[in-house]
Amino acid sequence: MFHIYCPHCCEYREEEEFHASGQAHIPRPLDPDACTDKEWGEFMYFRANPRGIHHELWVHGAGCRKYFNITRNTHTYEILEVYKVGEKPSVVANEAK
Amino acid sequence: MQHYSGFGLLKHSFSHHENWQRVWRNPTPKKKYDVIIVGGGGHGLATAYYLAKEFGVTNVAVIEKGFLGGGNTARNTTIVRSNYLWDEAAHLYEHAMKLWEGLSQDLNYNVMFSQRGCLNLGHTLQDMRDIQRRVNANRLNGIDGEVLDAQQVKEIVPVLDCSDRARYPVMGASWQPRAGVARHDAVAWGFARGADTRGVDLIQQTEVEDLIIEDGTVVGVRTARYGDIRADRVGCVVAGNSSVLAKMGGFELPLESHPLQALVSEPIKPILDTVVMSNQVHGYASQSDKGDLVIGAGIDGYNGYGQRGSYSTIEHTIQAIVEMFPVFSRVRMNRQWGGIVDTCPDACPIISETPVKNLYFNCGWGTGGFKATPGSGHVFAASLAKGEMHPLAKPFSMFRFHNGALVDEHGAAGVAH
Repeated sequence: MFHIYCPHCCEYREEEEFHASGQAHIPRPLDPDACTDKEWGEFMYFRANPRGIHHELWVHGAGCRKYFNITRNTHTYEILEVYKVGEKPSVVANEAK
Repeated sequence: MQHYSGFGLLKHSFSHHENWQRVWRNPTPKKKYDVIIVGGGGHGLATAYYLAKEFGVTNVAVIEKGFLGGGNTARNTTIVRSNYLWDEAAHLYEHAMKLWEGLSQDLNYNVMFSQRGCLNLGHTLQDMRDIQRRVNANRLNGIDGEVLDAQQVKEIVPVLDCSDRARYPVMGASWQPRAGVARHDAVAWGFARGADTRGVDLIQQTEVEDLIIEDGTVVGVRTARYGDIRADRVGCVVAGNSSVLAKMGGFELPLESHPLQALVSEPIKPILDTVVMSNQVHGYASQSDKGDLVIGAGIDGYNGYGQRGSYSTIEHTIQAIVEMFPVFSRVRMNRQWGGIVDTCPDACPIISETPVKNLYFNCGWGTGGFKATPGSGHVFAASLAKGEMHPLAKPFSMFRFHNGALVDEHGAAGVAH
């Protein structure tokens, strides 16, 4: 059960007020007419699914109804930071494989 | 292999059941195999079994990081049905259903497959239209199915609240008489025993840390415990961890891993002799032979690898069950757990070649993989043996997300999520 800090309401609320909306920071294609089927497929269906640090979009559906981002560990479920849409995360995964 | 029979049981009773053979070996892996299967769950073990039995490929290893059948095979609600809407999915699940029907005899292992029927309830006019469409599609595909009205549902499950006082009154249901439940652990153990007997090495407690890829071709796997193990072909059947393995292969899969929870009650006397599912109030239940109610929930909305979910999801599930079965309102729940399900955008699996040569993936079964265990294993084994995808697996290529040929079973197939 998550206790989530909404950066718009500036307070902690229970998970049930929120809804997870999947991966954050998915840019729309800059030139849609030039996209191949593969690029469209990846934009539509392929999502980061890491076991570890994940940036995700949440909506405070039963509260202010605004979107914001969470950086969360998908293995331990620990919420590492909460930040507004348009901001950059300060906690990022170490991409070295 | 020691043959199991009633006579054998009697014979061993004279020696206090102390002389049964070990069911499978615990071998040290060889340096090289024809096929390595990563993941020793139901689907992986079934793949190994059919590879050895049907396709004569016995130089096979199954590599499992924990113990056999300890992931989602041990965590599901054991429901088996094949009433899917679209031809591609219906054929695949019906292929599995036909294998289920002879599985205990085939394996000489009682998987306790009980064809007690499955009801998918309809609570709205749209539900009923969808049910009619799906049952008609099923029948055209040779899959049994009937559309029932509320009165007929009541006759099958007297304890179900079919009154018009319910918050979401039951208007009817689809009914698949051949559907049912099976003993989940026995399925894994039966396949493991059958595979081991035919020479497959089952390597437990061994985590695959990397895939060895040379010139775009997979040539083996790297493990911490036994070093490199080489193979001509590698099949990954690792459910929730598929994305992690795909990343080792240098590509991505259109999967998201979510926690899916289930729970069982204390054992009670026989009261529910079929499977009841409802998409609308979002819960499903059956009763095991031991007497406990086996109850399933929806997935938790966030990505998670933790094999646990949120309490609110359990609460919503219990609300749904009590809504359907007011008589269960005072039954106490015994245990609750979560598995990691790898969900696909179209709620259908991926049984596919990959951008890496000789590397195959069988994943994306999401919330409903158990029912497909024998069928999934069979078509994946055929594909691994021949190096070419089985006709039933072809529509489930991972490249369908590039060309748009999705098999959209979301909400269409009585998929309860």
